[in-house]
Amino acid sequence: MTAVTDVPTAATPARKPALARLAPILLPIAILVVILGIVFWMRPIAMSYFGLTLMLKLSVPLIFAALSQMLIISQGDLDLSTGAYVGFVTCVSAVYLGSDPALGWAIIAGSVVLQGLVGLFTWLRRLPSIVVTLGMSFVWLGLALFVLPTPGGQAPNWLTAIPQWRPPYVPLPIVVAILAILVFEVTLMRSAAGAVLRGAGGNPAAVTRAGWSVAGLRTAAYVLAAICAVFSGLALSALTTSGAPNIAPAYTLLSIASVILGGGAFIGGIVSPFGTVIGAVTLTLVSSVLTFVNVPSVWQIGAQGALLVVVLLARGLVSGDRT
Amino acid sequence: MSVAPARAARRLSLPPSAYGFIAAALLWGGTMLLSDGRGGIEMLSVALSFSIFSVAVGTGQMFVIASGPGNIDLSCPAVITLCAYVSMNLMGGADGMLPVGLIAALVLGGVIGLVNYGLVRALKIPPIIATLAASFVVTSLAMWYGGESTVRPPQALSDFMIWRVGGVQVALILALIGSGVVHLVLHRTVYGRSLLALGQNARAAQLAGIRVGFVRMTAYAVSGMMAGLCGFLLAGFTGGAALNMGEAYLMESVAVAVLGGTSVAGGRASAFGIWGAALFLSLLVTLLNSTGLGAGARYLFTGLTILVVIFFATERRK
Repeated sequence: MTAVTDVPTAATPARKPALARLAPILLPIAILVVILGIVFWMRPIAMSYFGLTLMLKLSVPLIFAALSQMLIISQGDLDLSTGAYVGFVTCVSAVYLGSDPALGWAIIAGSVVLQGLVGLFTWLRRLPSIVVTLGMSFVWLGLALFVLPTPGGQAPNWLTAIPQWRPPYVPLPIVVAILAILVFEVTLMRSAAGAVLRGAGGNPAAVTRAGWSVAGLRTAAYVLAAICAVFSGLALSALTTSGAPNIAPAYTLLSIASVILGGGAFIGGIVSPFGTVIGAVTLTLVSSVLTFVNVPSVWQIGAQGALLVVVLLARGLVSGDRT
Repeated sequence: MSVAPARAARRLSLPPSAYGFIAAALLWGGTMLLSDGRGGIEMLSVALSFSIFSVAVGTGQMFVIASGPGNIDLSCPAVITLCAYVSMNLMGGADGMLPVGLIAALVLGGVIGLVNYGLVRALKIPPIIATLAASFVVTSLAMWYGGESTVRPPQALSDFMIWRVGGVQVALILALIGSGVVHLVLHRTVYGRSLLALGQNARAAQLAGIRVGFVRMTAYAVSGMMAGLCGFLLAGFTGGAALNMGEAYLMESVAVAVLGGTSVAGGRASAFGIWGAALFLSLLVTLLNSTGLGAGARYLFTGLTILVVIFFATERRK
């Protein structure tokens, strides 16, 4: 995580065969199509506006959590506190956003600033992000328990109304997924600022020589990641209409898995917003499929693990190189 | 990887493995001051007996983390749970079956460790994802095999875990001897030196003739075996296997290894440093439980202390 700054491969990928170059994009799509195909074949009724809305609604919070994780991974770091932080946001939402919005938003803003400071100090002291975010996961869980000791509360009405909205023709979760992809592909992948931000993770030395502050960039990345996680928490509390400190511990690892499924790598600032969103949707659909094919509940998590292995195996075979 | 040049200032500073002990001593001393020295030995004794489990799983984690940047074993909690169920069921509460249960836990853990390494190597996927995927499958296995059933551990195992001679817990002494052996293996054997050399610079280690793949494979196997051992002992201590028994040890194993002086960048490990970190975390839990603060405060303090210790314990690079 720290030792790879002198490897230039990230910035200058060698020309590879077309298939190998496109594999990171095509493979997540192919898997999604296969999974969707299975769903539609087994439950044709799912191939409808309402079927898709129901099946995909739980992917929305995971999409935002995965994008948050993606920003951290683009810095060569890893965030083990994502799930705890998302849980914290649901608690603040369920307790304060309805009764005292000013206080609620202030708490959320404060937490975002704190996440930025985590990014700053992790860089300044060269601390291992795994351990720092591990510590932060306890901090967020503790704070969430202060805000809301037992699951419950009531998310504000305007928030719970959002998932009820039915846009014309295209189900809401798909609209959200497409918007998220567009926003991130344009800002992070196509803009100059996005390139510099990714460069802070891929090659900090080069970014520093180009006159940028790596500390500032990494702080910005952590702040943006926190904002994405806030979206995730709000989406989750909108769906559940309440909050709970321990609602989303699985998001930490599922978000990492989404990024990797989507073609991201742990080193060199290599990430793909498109792949990440598709990865998050795929992981959500997998549990539906496993229910449809009557996989006993005890095997569901195992099947997810096996799928992860199969996908990565396929990617390794197609692209024939590293992750 | 840049090896930091030796600096005069560095020679004066403490080894990273000392910080856990210092934090533990400060915590214990502070508590003694507040309570006028009452119950100090009991508190220490309770914390030490809980440390055995985190030291076991943390030692395995240390082997993996020390074997190079990015290496980590996220499957420990699942391995702990599965090995606990398998060994408890095999023994069925019979004292005579104890060796069978112990060997089963070690072998099963070791095999899962080998599978972990196989995934990392064959699929060329990052260890964090490979061991995560493996842990999903192992968790399913544990749920399928263990389910709701609870088999009580053999009486001899439960007795052994609380057996004291002259007020000293025998399991604790054995665990300390075990750490001594690990210390010797790490620093006095070709294998141990190879592991640390590999962690510092895999390329250089390979050029020096070290069988990189083999050494790293054994690190994952050791991690699986130690998690298996932890599951065996923990089930004996708590009266049987349970589905969530390993949960706490994912974070705990990483925390005690790193706070105990294992470098996340690889290449540095300390068998005894883990005791300091484990003791510190156990004392913290004991203390926070006794203060009657809510769960929120406990988590908050645990998190903050991890942050403070890592802030001071990490040597500055560059």
